[in-house]
Amino acid sequence: MTFFIETVLSGLMAGVMYSLVALGFVLIFKASGIFNFAQGVMCLFAALTFVGIMEKTGVPWPVSFVLTVGVMVALAWVIERFVLSHLVNQEPIILFMATIGLAYFLEGFGDLLWGSDVKVLNIGLPSGASDWMLDSFDIYVEKLEVVAAVTAALLVTVLAVFFQKTRVGRALRAVADDHQAALSVGISLRSIWVIVWSVAGIVALVAGIMWGSKSGVQFSLSLIALKALPVLILGGFTSIPGAIVGGLIIGVGEKVAEIYVGPMVGGAIENWFAYMLALAFLLVRPQGLFGERIIERV
Amino acid sequence: MKLRNLATGLAALAVAAPLAISAVSAYELTVPSLVYRTGPYAPSGIPFANGYADYFTLLNERDGGINGAHVNLIECETAYNTQQGVECYENTKGQGESGALVYQPLSTGISYQLIPKAAVDEIPIFTMGYGRTSAADGKVFPWIFNPPGTYWDVASGMVNYAGAIEGGLDKLSGKTIALVYHNSAYGKEPIRTLEELGKKHGFKLELLPVDHPGQEQKATWLQVRRLRPDWVFMWGWGVMNQVAIKEAASIRFPMDRFIGVWWSGSEQDVLPAGADANGYLSAGFHAPGADFPLHQEILSKVYDAGKGAGDRDRVGEVLYNRGLIAAVWTVEAIRKAMEIKGSNEIRGKDVRDGLEALDVSEERLAELGLPNFTYPVKLSCATHSNPGTSLIQQWDAGAGQWKVIATGIEPDRSIIDPLIAEDAAAYAKENNITPRECN
Repeated sequence: MTFFIETVLSGLMAGVMYSLVALGFVLIFKASGIFNFAQGVMCLFAALTFVGIMEKTGVPWPVSFVLTVGVMVALAWVIERFVLSHLVNQEPIILFMATIGLAYFLEGFGDLLWGSDVKVLNIGLPSGASDWMLDSFDIYVEKLEVVAAVTAALLVTVLAVFFQKTRVGRALRAVADDHQAALSVGISLRSIWVIVWSVAGIVALVAGIMWGSKSGVQFSLSLIALKALPVLILGGFTSIPGAIVGGLIIGVGEKVAEIYVGPMVGGAIENWFAYMLALAFLLVRPQGLFGERIIERV
Repeated sequence: MKLRNLATGLAALAVAAPLAISAVSAYELTVPSLVYRTGPYAPSGIPFANGYADYFTLLNERDGGINGAHVNLIECETAYNTQQGVECYENTKGQGESGALVYQPLSTGISYQLIPKAAVDEIPIFTMGYGRTSAADGKVFPWIFNPPGTYWDVASGMVNYAGAIEGGLDKLSGKTIALVYHNSAYGKEPIRTLEELGKKHGFKLELLPVDHPGQEQKATWLQVRRLRPDWVFMWGWGVMNQVAIKEAASIRFPMDRFIGVWWSGSEQDVLPAGADANGYLSAGFHAPGADFPLHQEILSKVYDAGKGAGDRDRVGEVLYNRGLIAAVWTVEAIRKAMEIKGSNEIRGKDVRDGLEALDVSEERLAELGLPNFTYPVKLSCATHSNPGTSLIQQWDAGAGQWKVIATGIEPDRSIIDPLIAEDAAAYAKENNITPRECN
């Protein structure tokens, strides 16, 4: 029983790490209707920039964090200016294709700027097992993932307030519903897109720091987007709480499956099992657990 | 007098002519280098590619190439992707006067795809310490070479080391060894041998696959916690290594009971885990570090001239040295091919002959500037992998360097040789290959 509790706890913690990545997808989709294929690479790019600035200049991490936020805001402006502004009111698939191009560009640009080597990320975040849990209950809980869980909770609270209670947040939602209608009531599409891509960039930075602390910052970080996709399918593309709950369900589901079912079928099932779980949910709720049901009258 | 002068002149010409020809040989040797400097496996691919490239640069700068024939090293980016690797092979195999002389794919997946192509194109594939293990049987795989050891050799070496630490191989009886492996052709290679060794020595083998790329391994290490193995062996690559070492430290698995294969033991693998990686073990077949005459020559003649492939301070890292020794053995095979043919104008099939006659003794290694760097290698028509001897190195996090703690670990030939013969025979049957005769 202890081991089962440990498995579930580990799944929950891993799920939070997936949710951190999924949040960035949700933000951009919620505010602009774009599925941002580049979100995983943005995590990589942000983390690379964060570590790169510290390595090259020797500044402490809070300064590097602020500078990296500045880089991500500048990146958002560049993306809006040179990519999105030319694609206003285009089909979603066109915007999606543009983000694929963006992903490849950012990966190459990050490589050019900071190199391909593994960069050690150590900003004093706790790592290893919680001694108290391990010694008192023989349950393994990773301290870094507890920090990630607290960070995710804070992020979600801030984002929820931002979307629900602020004028900018309401404008973001209006743009997501209909570009042209939002423009007609005086909402600046360009500003909104810069804001939302900036926020997604900051979320990507936080996710990149958490994942980078686990494995070092390296190009495989861009592949963590693959872990976020089933979370999005399950939680819904437009719901911030959905990204969190979806992450938790996927995290627990895949860990339980890998440990209890995996050995019977040769193991290494957690990756595809997460997608299968998400697809099973889709059969029941096509819009995801928390997604908005869209009814279009024709 | 005139006659004597003429004779002296002719004699001088006879001595100088070959030197002059070799010094200005116009024949260019094409050596493709399949690299991965981008993508998730780049941190492992870059140092290897740098070591490989720097040796050829040194030869071109110092000697004008190999026996005077300039080497054109063509890098092609595979991103550790099998399809891209095959594309690189197809694009480079016909380049230059010599055509591609030999390939070093640095990927078991790519190696598997090139096995049938190599025989058709008559270009040898040098899968140094990786690839298909049974390719060691030269009668069935005339174009594939995998010295100085196979995955089965090193798996057996790791078991022998564990046995030695336990107080004897008989003490492994009743113990559990968990194999944490990359869920790919590469990671699955040692399973067969470990199963056989498990039967022989009485240990239980637990298999724990990790899917590409291995960024998330929580479930794997929870299982390690539950199974509580006495030893963990790892067949990882790229980010999988870094995450595994960190996870092992997190669950407090003793690092001196955790051994990675020789592709899971570089500086990049342990540095992200910081002090937690202290004591981690990995197999190897050459020394780490830059304290060898060859390294000093590379630094002075290549890096001081601004022609180094990478960063100067990374010369001597484990994977740099791996690329370097791969280049050294490749060049020795090319030299041997020239010697056999009596000409610099060699093709891939000649290098195959050179590889089959490869004999790099300790004396030759010392001449090349690598004394006591690795084990002597001697190949033949039938034996395409030799000697199979491995070493164990341990990471000292405080000093930030690998230290060799055990050398001369021999594999269990009584288990491995029959397995190689069996697997090679099965391959031959499946592909309608008649094994050639080797005298």
